[in-house]
Amino acid sequence: MDLGPFLLLATLEGLLQAAVLTLTALGLSLVFGVMRIVNVAHGEFYMLGAVIAWWTASLLSSNPAAGFFLALVISPLLVGAIAYACERLILKRLEYDPEATIVATIGMLYVIQQTVLIAYGPDARPVEAPFFFRVQFPWFGYSGYNLFVIAAAIALLGICWYILTKTRLGLIMRATQFDRETAQAFGIPVGKVYGYVFAAGAMLAAIAAVLIVPIRQAHYLMGLDPLLLSFIVVIIGGLGSLRGTVIAALIIGLSDGVISVFFSPTLAKMISTLLVALVLVFKPEGLFGARAR
Amino acid sequence: MTSPSFIKAAGLHLLVIMSLFVLQFVLPAYHHLAIARIMVLAVFAMGYNLLFGYAGLLSLGHALFFAAGLYGAGLTAYHLGWSVPAAFVAGTGSGFLASLLIGLIALRTSGVAFMIVTMMFAQVAYLASLYFTTYTRGDEGLVMPDAARRFELFGVSFDLTDPTVRYNIALALLTLTTVVIFAIVRGTTGRTLIAIRENEPRTLMLGYDTFRIKLKALVISGTLSAMAGSAYALLFAYVGSSFASIQYSIDALLFTLLGGAGTVLGPLLGTIAMFYMIDIASEYTAAYLLVTGLALIALVLFFPKGIVGTIRERWVSWLP
Repeated sequence: MDLGPFLLLATLEGLLQAAVLTLTALGLSLVFGVMRIVNVAHGEFYMLGAVIAWWTASLLSSNPAAGFFLALVISPLLVGAIAYACERLILKRLEYDPEATIVATIGMLYVIQQTVLIAYGPDARPVEAPFFFRVQFPWFGYSGYNLFVIAAAIALLGICWYILTKTRLGLIMRATQFDRETAQAFGIPVGKVYGYVFAAGAMLAAIAAVLIVPIRQAHYLMGLDPLLLSFIVVIIGGLGSLRGTVIAALIIGLSDGVISVFFSPTLAKMISTLLVALVLVFKPEGLFGARAR
Repeated sequence: MTSPSFIKAAGLHLLVIMSLFVLQFVLPAYHHLAIARIMVLAVFAMGYNLLFGYAGLLSLGHALFFAAGLYGAGLTAYHLGWSVPAAFVAGTGSGFLASLLIGLIALRTSGVAFMIVTMMFAQVAYLASLYFTTYTRGDEGLVMPDAARRFELFGVSFDLTDPTVRYNIALALLTLTTVVIFAIVRGTTGRTLIAIRENEPRTLMLGYDTFRIKLKALVISGTLSAMAGSAYALLFAYVGSSFASIQYSIDALLFTLLGGAGTVLGPLLGTIAMFYMIDIASEYTAAYLLVTGLALIALVLFFPKGIVGTIRERWVSWLP
């Protein structure tokens, strides 16, 4: 077989990876941008999203499509509520001190992971895809659901972009991000905004997880990879930059897809991790980020 | 330096080391082994603490230095048949080189960026230990043959399979580390490190080369961690990828925080407390990480200074 089909497959897989990664990284970026904290538990909110999706879908196992779309609503809501509670109970009391919040979110990571292990067990379980159809390419047929995931991610990105740039809600968030004290002085309830932003970040991760769970299955250890990849994307893209996050997710997702198809996935991860560490060292503000004030 | 507080502090540390020495004659076998392990891990935590507690640099990549020692000693002993002392030097030396290299690169950043950069370098090392599975056997790891655990030094032969030998080697390393850290902390370097932790721009303004001092702290910290790693490989005869994972960096942070960051004895106490806490918890549940997680959250929320840190703040102000 020649190069063409391999390259097409790698691109499709890369796009799928990029779509999910964009949503997850966007959540992390939002939280970092607005609240200036690094949420190490972000990957666990993703995992929680997938596990809750399995649980919801298994309640309605007679109808896969209904189960899936119910999961798409319930899972982010539950994860958002859990994240909101964590923020109010723990992070708020730490007054968002960078180091203390990192330690606390590491603690949250373990607590969530192990609670899921106890309640859900160590098995990887799939959620049935809501529909099946194959898109026939010249060399092979490709799952239509995968293409749906890519489209859904693009649609969600559009919504996020609209909320952040065109609505009053987005204005409040950007004001808080730009200058916390001034925003407070102008009557923006900064504490509340922080709580909602943290929940929104976790919800984005949960949505990404629900979308991927028919393809990759739900497992209690699935959070670490997206966490590290999201870190990479957020840093390369520039902290808090929406455009940068999307472009970086595309670069990382596609290159990861291509390298993984042609070389070893471990090697791919090693290279991208090393590159990011170096980007951060030599250009701490990222490729598209604004310089720290 | 021979002020009353110095004599009290030095005496206290001597007392701790002496009690650990005496303890080996009364401990039952299980706890004998556990304390030997704890002492090696405490060297790791004390090395970590020099950077985190005194210089205020939060690294999430110290597993890399521990693993550099672990693999540096383990691979040379396993594949090249190096003797125990040579392998130990190789392990500690690779930690020295790794920390010098990483320090030169990572110390260009600060704060959150430093944390992420160190974590990423460590992740690359972890992936590398999985990638070169032909030599490292990845997660499964290498088990040192008994032949690689006997050696002669100055005409005396040592057998690392003997628990008493292991205990005393671990104790010797712990003593060495305590002396090194104590000397640094009481000396000018330690004062400058604390100054950097509290206010780096001002320290820079006063004419200190903060980059060089931070690099020095990182190299000493990394080398001590590698020493712990080499000792771990040779004393307990196992070398595996799990020691290079993020989990292990976090453990060092946890031990330090629990005992008290920025105190000499804190990491030792933290390691003992955490080790037994996990040990007891795992009798009841396989999910002992839940305990780790809850401990981390509770620590930052209610007990940010740790055990020794709180004791120092409330009662014993002369603790170094």
